[in-house]
Amino acid sequence: MSEQSSNILQIHNLSVAYATPRGAVRALAHVDLTVPRGEIVGIVGESGCGKTTLISSVLRLLPANGAVVDGNILFNGRDVLAMSDGEMRRLRGGGIAMVFQDPMTALNPVLSVGRQMVDVQFREQRSAGEKRAAAVAKLRRVGITDAESRLDDYPHQFSGGMRQRIAIAMALLTNPSLLIADEPTTALDVTMEAQIIHLLRELKREFAGSILFISHNLGLIAELCDRVFVMYAGEVVESGPVRALFHSPGHPYTQALLRCDPARVVQRTAELPTIPGEVPNLLAPPIGCVFSDRCPAVIERCRVTVPMPVPLGPGHQARCIRIDDAAAA
Amino acid sequence: MSVQASETSLTARQTPPAVLERRFGALRRLVRDPLGALGLVLVTLILVMALGADILAPYGPNATSVKERLQGPSELHWLGTDQLGRDIFSRVLVGSRIALWVAAVTSFFSLIGGLTLGLIAGYGPKWLDSLLILLCDSIRAFPTVLFALAVVTLIGPSLGTIILIITIFNVPVYARIVRTQTLSLRNTEFILAERSLGAGPARVLLRHVLPNVIGPLLILISMDVPVVITIEAGLSFLGLGVRPPTASWGSILNDGYAFIRNTPWMVISGGVPLILATLGFTFLGEALRDAFDPRLRKDV
Repeated sequence: MSEQSSNILQIHNLSVAYATPRGAVRALAHVDLTVPRGEIVGIVGESGCGKTTLISSVLRLLPANGAVVDGNILFNGRDVLAMSDGEMRRLRGGGIAMVFQDPMTALNPVLSVGRQMVDVQFREQRSAGEKRAAAVAKLRRVGITDAESRLDDYPHQFSGGMRQRIAIAMALLTNPSLLIADEPTTALDVTMEAQIIHLLRELKREFAGSILFISHNLGLIAELCDRVFVMYAGEVVESGPVRALFHSPGHPYTQALLRCDPARVVQRTAELPTIPGEVPNLLAPPIGCVFSDRCPAVIERCRVTVPMPVPLGPGHQARCIRIDDAAAA
Repeated sequence: MSVQASETSLTARQTPPAVLERRFGALRRLVRDPLGALGLVLVTLILVMALGADILAPYGPNATSVKERLQGPSELHWLGTDQLGRDIFSRVLVGSRIALWVAAVTSFFSLIGGLTLGLIAGYGPKWLDSLLILLCDSIRAFPTVLFALAVVTLIGPSLGTIILIITIFNVPVYARIVRTQTLSLRNTEFILAERSLGAGPARVLLRHVLPNVIGPLLILISMDVPVVITIEAGLSFLGLGVRPPTASWGSILNDGYAFIRNTPWMVISGGVPLILATLGFTFLGEALRDAFDPRLRKDV
């Protein structure tokens, strides 16, 4: 099997920029990311690091001022960026489906849940009754009790957690081979979060597709994902299997991120650890390593050399020149 | 969201056609509002007048009887007669048809036109939006009466001309509102979600944007009905509307205007239904808005 067919999604060297009145903002730079078939891949990173831009480029739903500058995106071996608008529409909801962050706004408030769920099956050659039955089945599957009679209810009659379940059910109705979940639990409380994560894991087993899970919560990523991509300032700084990455993080940013995770802070301290400094201004990104301004192990060379990915183990790599140094020493 | 909301969802669960229950709920709220109920009664009255004019009218609207001209109200002529001896009550009844017809037709065309232009402007490319907005603003920049005069001079006074003028003036108003709503909707997450599930522009607009904008628009249009009726009456009063023998509230006012000192009956008979219709539609429109807009519900 070639590499293309074993990966459902393959992003190579993707760079995206936004045109703003103050100049071009470099949102993504040289992003490489692969989602193998049947795996859950996580993307982690703080706000504004380009997670949403990345998935918007996959679906070609970037805002009007955003543009892919370089690179390619292969879905199932086909170049997404070269597709016609019609092909692209067939891909959205055909091969790829998406679940959004805020379940309160992701459903149309004036249409009943049933109508929206029937409507999303517009490609299927089925009778309205069968579509309704499919909707009920999916609602039941995601854990909506009394699905049959609640089908004609409107989104505001459901709680946040239930709405997110409905959104997931809607996305699954299109039988995607890749489900993109953009921080699907950020707007929910902790118990709901756990339930949704549990549901996603169960569903993945059933629908035999892949999930691209975006979050800034390391705990969730560790819980759910097979592989992780750590993003910082529009770049993938480290990627690898969940276990390897959490046990032996290679990049100083990943290390710092893990130290800052409140769930992992062992000792009681007056203040939670933070990473000093700020995310670099992407109007004028640093010449060398993007993390150099905040890195505790920074050396002069970091500020001038663009770090290349350094292998750390099977499928595990980080963009940091200091790792090379350590290996050479 | 308190007792009311949970109540409706409970009953909705027992009776499968939950939508019906919801509609009746809105109707109940409408009737419970005293002004809404009054509006409903007035509008129903005018509808009955218009639909049953042929049966209800004691005389033909254009039947003259010169001997009985300019009479006050009597047993034979409930609202008196005009300068040609025509029965004013019959003319008022028949005139309600013109009023309602103009209101219905202009509302329909304005709705279609406003929706189409508004959706295209709001969802289409920016240059098209700018072009349509420029067009709308240019039309709105004309003074209504001057524009009406110009159009009447060009194509002659008739019912069709009135409908055309009012429609041309209403479409930009509705288009702007639909456009604004569409603009704010196009970036909402649920539209993005639909697009991410493969919905094309037509599907997004017709299935998702349209149901979101149509409610407020319909209520706005129902509140504009009295305006339309008064514009028709105004143009007919100025002699720019329906051609003479045709009975319209405006033309009754126009006829009566000359005789206001001696026989005020004509002006009163033409004016009172106009006032009642205006009030009726305004009350109904406002009550409809209150009944259907959950944010304005007083009982929740």
